[in-house]
Formats: sequence, structure tokens, C-alpha cells
Amino acid sequence: MTRPTKLRRHAGRLLASLLVTLVVIVMGLPLYWVMTGALKTNREIYTFPPVWIPREPQWNHFVEAWRAVPLGRFFVNSLVTTSGAVALELTFALLSAYALVFLRVRGKGLVFSVILAALLVPNTVTLLPNYLTAARLNWINTYQGLIIPVAAVAFGVFLFRQHFLTLPRDLLDAARLDGCGHMGLLRHVVIPLSRPVIVTFLVIYLVAHWNDFLWPLVVTNRLEWRTVPVGVAYLYQVEGVQNWGSILAGTVMALLPMLAVYIAAQRWIVKGIGGGALKG
Amino acid sequence: MEHSVETVKQRHASWMAVPAEGSSLVTRALRRFGDWPLFVLFLTPNLVLLLVFTYWPLLYSVYLSLMQWDLISPVKLYVGADNYRFLLQDSEFREVLRNTIVFTVGTVGGTVLLGLAFALLLDQPLRGIALARGVVFAPYVLSGAAVAVFWVNMLNPRFGIVAQVASWLGTVSPDWLNHPKLAMVAVILVALWKNVGFATIVYLAGLQRIPQELYEAATVDGAGIPDRFRFVTLPQLGPITLFLLVVSTISSFQAFDLIKVLTDGGPVNATTTLLFYIWEQGFVAFNAGRAAAAAVVLFALLAVISFVQVRIGERRVSYD
Repeated sequence: MTRPTKLRRHAGRLLASLLVTLVVIVMGLPLYWVMTGALKTNREIYTFPPVWIPREPQWNHFVEAWRAVPLGRFFVNSLVTTSGAVALELTFALLSAYALVFLRVRGKGLVFSVILAALLVPNTVTLLPNYLTAARLNWINTYQGLIIPVAAVAFGVFLFRQHFLTLPRDLLDAARLDGCGHMGLLRHVVIPLSRPVIVTFLVIYLVAHWNDFLWPLVVTNRLEWRTVPVGVAYLYQVEGVQNWGSILAGTVMALLPMLAVYIAAQRWIVKGIGGGALKG
Repeated sequence: MEHSVETVKQRHASWMAVPAEGSSLVTRALRRFGDWPLFVLFLTPNLVLLLVFTYWPLLYSVYLSLMQWDLISPVKLYVGADNYRFLLQDSEFREVLRNTIVFTVGTVGGTVLLGLAFALLLDQPLRGIALARGVVFAPYVLSGAAVAVFWVNMLNPRFGIVAQVASWLGTVSPDWLNHPKLAMVAVILVALWKNVGFATIVYLAGLQRIPQELYEAATVDGAGIPDRFRFVTLPQLGPITLFLLVVSTISSFQAFDLIKVLTDGGPVNATTTLLFYIWEQGFVAFNAGRAAAAAVVLFALLAVISFVQVRIGERRVSYD
């Protein structure tokens, strides 16, 4: 290799490293800003030029946020709503996909189309009618109202169906010959073989429900029924611009659960979402 | 790719056609129902929910859009196409449409272009690249409402981080969120920051799927880096770009939390997009008919855009 090309390659690497660093700074800075902002004194927050490292971490902002609004209640609501909806969706998606792939029935294609077509209907169109339905059922300010109208699953059925179609036929055959019924097949063969897809599914739906804002905003109107995202917006409203310390502390608490999920499952998320998209 | 799925399907079909043992008259009669009972059992809950909370609302929206109703009174007044006529003539609604287009083009175009650029960068075998990928994708999993709250703080012209950046650049930061033109720019920038990670991850997965031989062949043919990018990378990423365009258009039409918290649709109506308008008409102004009509318009618009994207895409994208 001649020296100029080697030099050029080095220069290219250096440039790439610099650009990557720049991207990381731009993308990471807001997160650094909110994390440190929660720990600054209000004087440090309202000063210019801004303080980059809080002199003495102000943990009391977290207590203040907790006192200003019922954050604990918001967390319980989000936890119940998210786990309830995700559990229902996982069950529905597994059963639906299993039926669509392994049961011998005519007209499966049509049923699958009916499920998939739901992806074309944006929540925008369903918002008002679903609110009216929930109101008629007396589901305003209830967990049923928060969970059931958003528990139907379309994309997840697609995700599992695509995966089930690739499962090794011999194994399923053998299980069948051993007298395994459909429930057994699902529990002992299909589900264990689908662990990575299940994790992908869980992460996608967990994030979607925990972060959902519009439906909880509409289907609840009492403070004690609000979820975390709606609650944080409310905290920002009541604390106004006078007390950014407690607002940012509340925001950090709202962000932490999904950040934790993300860090724990990053490998799966990156693979699952990137790869899952490509299969479609 | 599709071909392989087909063959798998056929294999399954043949496997499932294996007859079970014993075929007396009774079992044969029972088998007439075959897997039907189980099929119905497995699919009914989900289908019922889809029917009640997805398909019925679609029809009901069309019905409501022909009515005048305040959500409370027991009587709905049939007004025909009046709501649509109103929307067509209303200058505020025209502004809402314009905002929606600006927001959609800005976020969709921005995420796809930036996502491609980020993916190309993060595809390099550099030290710490996994961490960099992690940082770029992280905002995508965060709550839009929470994200918007701390961006309000960052965008503050007096003590926000944006003010600091502006002063480094030797200028003074404008009051982004209260500026009639810049408010929309700010909302788009925040949406970009939050969503670019998704496009990046999808593009990264796509880049890693391009067969190395293609690059080698191109190099043998004397193609430099720009040519390889133009004639190998870009065409290979075609289907993914199409997918991203469709998906991010749909999600940008559903953006609500960012706008609600950042600007509440303002100043005046500068950042009111269609979904925000629908929510306002329905749940603030209690004008069910107008909200429903706007929702139907949005649905139609989205359907047309997706259809056009797919049609144009299919003509220009090669799947081989």
C-alpha cells in the first residue's frame, strides 16, 4: 500500500470519529441537560451563561415534585395500564398468529387481511367515537377504559405470524406425532422457539403504552386517574416556569423506567426493531 | 424473500394435510368442523376488540361528520355535508392543513435524510460505536410529553441551552416557542431529535444486509466511494426508504404530545396540525361533527399519501 492512500485512510477515520462524536454530543446533550438540571439549585437553573455541573446536587427537587402532584398514583396507573394492555395484547397476538399459521381452516387469508387492515386506521379517526363508547360504558376514569379500547393488536399478529412461518417443520411434526395437542404445541414448542420475537414484541408494546398520551388524556379527567406522561405535562403546568427544578426532577422520574428498559434490552431492541422492520 | 416465505407456507400446508389416525364415520363427521372451533376461540377476542374499537369508530366518524352535535344533548342534528363545506371554506382549517403538511414534510424528510446519514456514520467499525448507536436511539423510547417538557426548558431564550449555543455563535436566541414562524421549526427539530434514531436503526440493519460482493464487484469495475454509494448502497436501500417514508408519514400525522406540551398549538394557530385540531374541536369546543369531519379528511389524506408513496416507490424501487 502506498503512503498517500494510507494517510488518506487515516484522515478518513479521524473525520468519521469526529463526526460520530459530534452526533453523540448533539443527541446526548439534551439527556445530560435534563438529568443535571434536576439536580441544580433554582439559582443555577435561572442563570446565564448556564451552569454545566451542579455544585451541590439538589435531591430535594424530587421530593418537591412528588409533593406538587400525586406522582406515586400516576406511576401506579401507568404500571397497571401498561402491564394490563401488554399482557392482553401478547395473549391475543400469540393465539391469533398460532391460529392463522397452524390451524387448518379455509379463509385464513381473509381473516389476516381484516386484522392487518387495522394498521391503516389512525388513532385520530377512532379517538372521538372510542371516547363516546367508553363514556357510554361508564369507563371514564377506570382501568377498563384505559386498557381495553387500546388492547386490540394488529402489528403484533403480523410479527408472530412471520416468525411462526419460519419454525422448523420437523420439530412440530415430531411433537404432533407424540400426541401433542394445539395448546401443548403452543406452550411447549412454539412459545419456547419464539423467545426473541416475544422480547421484541414486549419492548415495542411496553414503550408504546407507557408513553401513550392522547388516549389517557381523553379517557380520564380526574387527577388521580392520570398516567405518568399526562401527569408530567400537568406538573409542568402547575409548577409553571417558577420552579423548573421540581419540573425537571419529575420529568427525570418519568423518563427513568423506559430508559432502564432500554438499557436492559438494548440488544433486543436494536435487533428486533431494525430487523422486524425489514421483514415487513 | 417473498419466494422463500411462499415455500415455507407450502411446506406447512403439506404438513398439516397429514391425516390423523382412524377415520370412522363419527370422527370424519367431527372433522368436518376440524379446527374451526379452536380457530374461532383463538381469534374472537382480538377480532371483537378490533371491530368495536377500530372499524366501528371509522364508520361512526363518517356518521358523526354529517351531524351537528355538542356531545351532550340527546339529539344530533343532521346537517348533510355542512361540516365538510365549512372546513373547505374556513381559513383556519386551511392554515391547519398547511401546518400539517409543513410538519409532515419536515419531520419525515428530516428523519429519513438524517437517519441515512447517521446510519452511514454509525456503520463504521470505530471504537465505542455501540455506545454511539445506543445514544442515538435512546430518545425514541422516551415519552413525548416528558421530552417536550425538558425541551421547553432547553429552548428558553434567557437561560436555556439553546441561548448558550446562540451566544457561542455570536447571536441572541429568539423566543422559539412564541415566535409565529419559528415555533413550527422548533417543534420539528424536537420531533427530529426524538425520532431520528428509529430511521437510523432501520437503515443500519439495511446496510448490514447489503451483500459485500456487490461492493467488491463495483470496486473491480473501478467505482470509487461516491459511485459505490450511488449505484450499490442507495438502490439496495430503496425498499427500506419506502417503508420508512410510509411509516413516518403515518406517525407524523399522529403526533400530539410534543405539540400539546411545547406550544399547545400556538402561538395563535401556528403549530396546530390536523390531529391537534380534531382534539380541540372534539374535546375543547365540543363540536363533534366538525371534529369527525376533520378526522375523515385526515384519514382520506393519509390513505391517498400512503397509496401514492407505495405506487411511486414500487415503480422506482427494485426489490431484487
